[in-house]
Amino acid sequence: MTQSALTIDLQDPDPIRFLDDEGNYAPSATAAEYADELAEVGVAEFQQWYRDMVSTRAFDVECTHLQRQGQLALWVPSIGQEGCQAGIGRAAEPQDHIFPAYREHTVAHIRGVPRVQLAAQFRGLTHGGWDITDPANGNFHLYTLVLGAQTQHATGYALGQLLDAKRAAADTTLDAGEAGTATGEATIVFYGDGTSSQGDANESMIFAASYQTPEVFVVQNNRWAISVPVARQSRTPLYRRALGFGIRAVQIDGNDPLAAYAVARRFLKLARTGAGPGYIEALTYRIGAHTTSDDPTRYREAEELAHWEARDPVARLEHHLRALGVGDDFFAEVQETADREAKVARDAILQLPKPTADSMFAHVYSAAHPRIEEQRAWQARYEASFEHQEGVGA
Amino acid sequence: MSQVTTLNEPGTLPIARAINEGLRAAMAADERVILMGEDIGPLGGVFRVTDKLQAEFGSARVLDTPLAEAGIIGSAIGLAMRGYRPVCEIQFDGFIFPAFNQIVTQLAKITNRHDGAVSMPIVIRVPYGGHIGAVEHHQESPEAYFAHTPGLRVVAPSTPNDAYWMIQQAIQSPDPVLFFEPKAKYWQKGEVDPSAPAAELHQTRVARTGTDCTVVGHGAMVTTLLQAAEVAQSEGTSLEVVDLRSLSPIDYAPLIASVRKTGRLVVAQEAQGGLSLGSEVAATVTEHAFTALLAPVLRVSGYDVPFPPAHLEGLYLPDADRVLEAVDRTLQY
Repeated sequence: MTQSALTIDLQDPDPIRFLDDEGNYAPSATAAEYADELAEVGVAEFQQWYRDMVSTRAFDVECTHLQRQGQLALWVPSIGQEGCQAGIGRAAEPQDHIFPAYREHTVAHIRGVPRVQLAAQFRGLTHGGWDITDPANGNFHLYTLVLGAQTQHATGYALGQLLDAKRAAADTTLDAGEAGTATGEATIVFYGDGTSSQGDANESMIFAASYQTPEVFVVQNNRWAISVPVARQSRTPLYRRALGFGIRAVQIDGNDPLAAYAVARRFLKLARTGAGPGYIEALTYRIGAHTTSDDPTRYREAEELAHWEARDPVARLEHHLRALGVGDDFFAEVQETADREAKVARDAILQLPKPTADSMFAHVYSAAHPRIEEQRAWQARYEASFEHQEGVGA
Repeated sequence: MSQVTTLNEPGTLPIARAINEGLRAAMAADERVILMGEDIGPLGGVFRVTDKLQAEFGSARVLDTPLAEAGIIGSAIGLAMRGYRPVCEIQFDGFIFPAFNQIVTQLAKITNRHDGAVSMPIVIRVPYGGHIGAVEHHQESPEAYFAHTPGLRVVAPSTPNDAYWMIQQAIQSPDPVLFFEPKAKYWQKGEVDPSAPAAELHQTRVARTGTDCTVVGHGAMVTTLLQAAEVAQSEGTSLEVVDLRSLSPIDYAPLIASVRKTGRLVVAQEAQGGLSLGSEVAATVTEHAFTALLAPVLRVSGYDVPFPPAHLEGLYLPDADRVLEAVDRTLQY
């Protein structure tokens, strides 16, 4: 075996964290400047985050079971990644827009998307699942399965937020080298370490930096792009790439929801006030498979899994809550509620209505398209012909 | 300072200038219309189609973008989600492919994925086609890739008046429109009437009436077909020239009516012939006008090879003689 002359160290010595591996409050030196962002976060908020995480995990397990039972075509587990999602999801303001990849189940829940709707796409009922224009869904955009495509959409959306602010201020300029403009709202985009290799993800950072869009990039580095390790994607910590684009960037302990909240809170404020985009690399780990289609035992070592299971974000937050005086009753109630809600979600998923044949032809264009109308009519006649035959037979 | 030149009365303009005036009118009518592309600001685009528009409307509405085609289209999608109506310029036909993924996997499908809750009023302007003696990747005809994709509308004007009106109609469309501009004809002058559009965006136009054979094409090919019709007339053959104008959807009724009248059809295009728009037109017309046909529908097209070096483009691109050769073959049946 030839050993590389270049040391590949994808983790900084001191990523931003407030909780240590066990969940003791022990801020890293790098965390100090973000501590103010946690000043107004009390036990009640931490309890809410804990509930977000535990309930998502219970739902996640139920969906994996549904896939194994043939009720979902695919499921994308998020177990292990709830920490950074809860922190960042709770750091966002209602007016902010969020562009997910496809594993952001905790964020979706926080923003108001009904959990059952997350499963509709994976049950093969729709390519979407919820109405992003309905305020009840918290400006949480649809999952995007083409890796990195959403990074461009997020940057364009953030550019729109910027242009709106300029129009309101009667500012007609958007020149190269210009400083940002305060927008009062921001955009967050999520993707993973594998997607960081996509051209779209890199072009979106160029556009974001060029126009100083009010945007926060969140890369959940869960260390594996299906079966390929992050070392195959990069020879540098991913956040340092963003620095090269001229975007402020940090690496955080992604299994520490406090760090995720504090840094996201700060970066979102900067974005909304015209200080341009930010980039958060959250070091985390998916405990399960990439999707229900792969088998992580074929590509990952048991020791690595055990290492990360010992840093479980749910357990760490529980430890922190107990240190703050929260007792057994709370944890028992949260688990019981989560399990009950997961069962309810399971039943609701199984009851989701099947789409009609006619719906296939809807919304391809906003106005009638002759070829599609012709095919829609043909399909309807064809289906009706069978009904006629059945009628005759009966 | 810029000179505001909004067209108020009929005038004679080249196509590039007609599109410029159409863009100006659309931008003046709706402040949500913004232009995006490489070199479209102070330079006015490599073909000057956006000439003076940045000076007139500001750099926040005419965006000189980073040099990244996927970024242009992907960002436009986000802007459309925010309520803007972006008009993107792709500098040359062969450079649209870095943006292909954003166009066919995202732009085309977003309205459908959102069950109609989100529309994508984006126009992608693409200077396309040969006849300008350019280098590799600068004179291709990629229309069929996009006409093949559900969710996209595809059009190509062939006259200044159509260019002026169709760009405005495309911008008003709630659906994404690929707007293919025949760059060989950018400097071709013609009458532009700003009082009312001559046709809807997706209507086929009969450019010249005739009785013996129908010839159909789009964009710069329409000029070639009209030249062929002139020659044929001198030889005693009457050709009816049909300008498709819209490639998705195709407005078949006028074309089928023409074929029912003439009994013959030659489909001409600059693009390669295999699995092409011409193939689709031939199949559909055969299906709907089979009993009226006196001869098989023939295709005249670029050869099924990469667009050749400029010294060979005269052989590759169908000219009036190749169209007439096909007409002669149909007449021999």
